[in-house]
Amino acid sequence: MHIFLFLLFGLLCAGGAINLLIQRKPINSALSLIVVMGSLALIYLLLGAEFVAVVQVIIYAGAIMVLFIFVIMLLNAGEEEHTKGSKVAKIIGIPGLITGFIIGVSVLLQHGPQEKRIHIGELYGSASDVGMMLFTKYLLAFELTSVLVLIAIMGAVVLARRSHSS
Amino acid sequence: MTIPISWYLLLSAFLFACGVMGFLIKRNIITIFMSIELMLNGVNLSFIAFATRFGTLDGHIFVFFVMVVAAAEAAVGLAIIISVYRTRETLNVDRVNLLKL
Repeated sequence: MHIFLFLLFGLLCAGGAINLLIQRKPINSALSLIVVMGSLALIYLLLGAEFVAVVQVIIYAGAIMVLFIFVIMLLNAGEEEHTKGSKVAKIIGIPGLITGFIIGVSVLLQHGPQEKRIHIGELYGSASDVGMMLFTKYLLAFELTSVLVLIAIMGAVVLARRSHSS
Repeated sequence: MTIPISWYLLLSAFLFACGVMGFLIKRNIITIFMSIELMLNGVNLSFIAFATRFGTLDGHIFVFFVMVVAAAEAAVGLAIIISVYRTRETLNVDRVNLLKL
């Protein structure tokens, strides 16, 4: 059951990522990214991270993707134009990426952590545990994050405002 | 049935590689931005997998912070995209090659 769920959502995730690459319209890419994020939330649940799964759905699939789709519709983004990509990206980038991926996979399969396996019902990342840790060990980082979000809000308002001077 | 932890890491590596690939081959600035989000998601998955492997909760906290930073980045980045579109009337990154008009 567990392995079936992992395979189902893992394949959904990989398919969504590939679909994001091959679609030409930004709105289709955004919808397949929502599929990737939703299935990742279920994979987090399989790994026992309840809090992170819920936050993934609320923040990523909810807030961030709504922002993306809002901007796509606001700017009326149509089909991508065909232009010649940079030669460096084609010659070095894609073979380098594939080589790096193969090296990473082989290292993971040979030396990666193999022993530990996850059982169903081994949930320990509940909201209360994460909250306790967030407000004791990582309190300073949490407060600094609130400053970061405040600066981001002000930056977004300033950047997206129409300039009245011109 | 149980699943070895390296399968999760493989999925994470695949998502990250797809994100890098999209960053390289896409021309639309919004799609490039979505590829960055895909890379962040791949990294989050490996954080959670290692947190489960080592039995600590620190990885969950890191994922939380990554999500907050991604939200801030999406807000500022999309505002920049709107302001670029207003001055240049295009979303193609090849045509956005000057910082100033």
